Amino acid sequence: MIAVIRLLTIFFRIGLMNELQYRVNFWIQLGKSVVNLGVSLLGIAVIYRHTEHLNGWQPAELVALLGIFVMMGGLVGVVIQPSMEKLIEDVREGTLDFTLTKPEEAQVLVSVSQVRVWRLVDVLLGPVVVVAALVHMQLYAGAWAMVEFSVSLTAGTVILYSFWLMLSTISFWFVRVENILMIFHSVYDAARWPVTIYPGWLRAILTFLVPVTFAVTVPSQAVVGRLTLDMLAATIALAVLLLLVSRWFWRVGVSRYSGASA
Amino acid sequence: MLHIYRILFNTGMAVMMQYRAAMAIWLIGLTLPPIIYLVVWITVARSRGGEVGGFDPTELAAYFIATLVVNHVTFTWHMFEMGWRVRSGFFNPLLVQPLHPVHRDIVENVSYKTLTLFILVPLTAALVWHFEPVYSPQRWALVAFVFALVLAFFVRFFFEWSVALLAFWITDTSGLNNLYMFLGFFLSGRMAPLDLLPGWVQTVAYYSPFRWMLAFPTELLLGRLSEQEALYGIGAQLIWIAVGLGSMTLTWQRASARYSAVGA
Repeated sequence: MIAVIRLLTIFFRIGLMNELQYRVNFWIQLGKSVVNLGVSLLGIAVIYRHTEHLNGWQPAELVALLGIFVMMGGLVGVVIQPSMEKLIEDVREGTLDFTLTKPEEAQVLVSVSQVRVWRLVDVLLGPVVVVAALVHMQLYAGAWAMVEFSVSLTAGTVILYSFWLMLSTISFWFVRVENILMIFHSVYDAARWPVTIYPGWLRAILTFLVPVTFAVTVPSQAVVGRLTLDMLAATIALAVLLLLVSRWFWRVGVSRYSGASA
Repeated sequence: MLHIYRILFNTGMAVMMQYRAAMAIWLIGLTLPPIIYLVVWITVARSRGGEVGGFDPTELAAYFIATLVVNHVTFTWHMFEMGWRVRSGFFNPLLVQPLHPVHRDIVENVSYKTLTLFILVPLTAALVWHFEPVYSPQRWALVAFVFALVLAFFVRFFFEWSVALLAFWITDTSGLNNLYMFLGFFLSGRMAPLDLLPGWVQTVAYYSPFRWMLAFPTELLLGRLSEQEALYGIGAQLIWIAVGLGSMTLTWQRASARYSAVGA
């Protein structure tokens, strides 16, 4: 764990130094994030013009969910997605050699190799939205709710990471898989609404095929105090399971890797 | 000209055939949003006891499944591609040809749409089966819908091609694209039937090109417009096509004169 944090800090510094050359990008990212947030808030406003609650979710609760949606999207965008894109490119070009020969655990290296610092805007903006929603609800979450929230948020992040790692590991078998990564973005958009409103087949896709349910809806339920203990336990169990499976899958994949010009 | 179009169409189909898997994945991104908003609005309708703004669940299904089809027919991707073309110097081979690049893009678009039909038709059928939408257009409205759909394609194509050309001046157009998507999301009726939006937004939509790209053909198919409104709408589409074509020509002259072949 310490090694992960140390490496992440190093790569974060490199990413920051890279991005500081293009400071205008910060403002572009800020503009984009604000526009996206505005669109989502307006969408919520339009819906609550016509109803008091969406399948039991009050407006402020849905705003809290939106904050978590933004933050999780940001987390994926800061490190998971760019690193996994790099991994796929490295496998195709054969440059994964340089990573595999380094005296650190390769899975850790490929998982944090790229950091898009400006996407942190979303990671910071999300919690602001959550807190604003909570204050509006005058819901000062108790200690237990906070524990549930942090645990489910961590588990959700682990689930997302394992999912991305497994998708990218496919590149050891099929070389051109960049487009598979696009599936995530297409499907992730559905997570800005509580998955409980969707029909069963769609909920199944969002839970098991692309597990955004656990990344967004479950932490939101925790923060508004509506998460059952069973669900929390299931989320933790799935996180552990997926972490192990993705680790195993990664090992099988790497053992197939034949290197550059081979 | 017809001959050129036919050859371009055949090459376009051959090129697209290589990216079958990628195309299927793009289609998820295109079909999921209407389903999401359909479900959201059905949930709203249920919480109010069955209808919202004159739409019951079957009419909402009719609306959003129709927008899915109309959006598929009309959408373009040049706003996302033009920047790359300019930066990578990919425009060079296009510019030396004695053919306006817009022709190539139109044919490319049509061949993509033709190929994806094989996925879109069964998908739409499955959605119709699942959500049981009700369509009740008059016979004249069906004919008008076909016209309006073709016109909507050109309204959107010329408009978005003009916006895409701004890539010749701005290196990173992603911010601009975001803003455009934001306007289109509400004003074209993708997020909700325009009737459900606040009155002033409906007014803005009416005088913007967005309404005529998506909401107008969709409402025709649902049989929600009078003959007069239909005629007026087709007039508005023709005006926007003229405006789009004009702005495209003007911008293209300036843009191609400015182009300095990056990467050469």
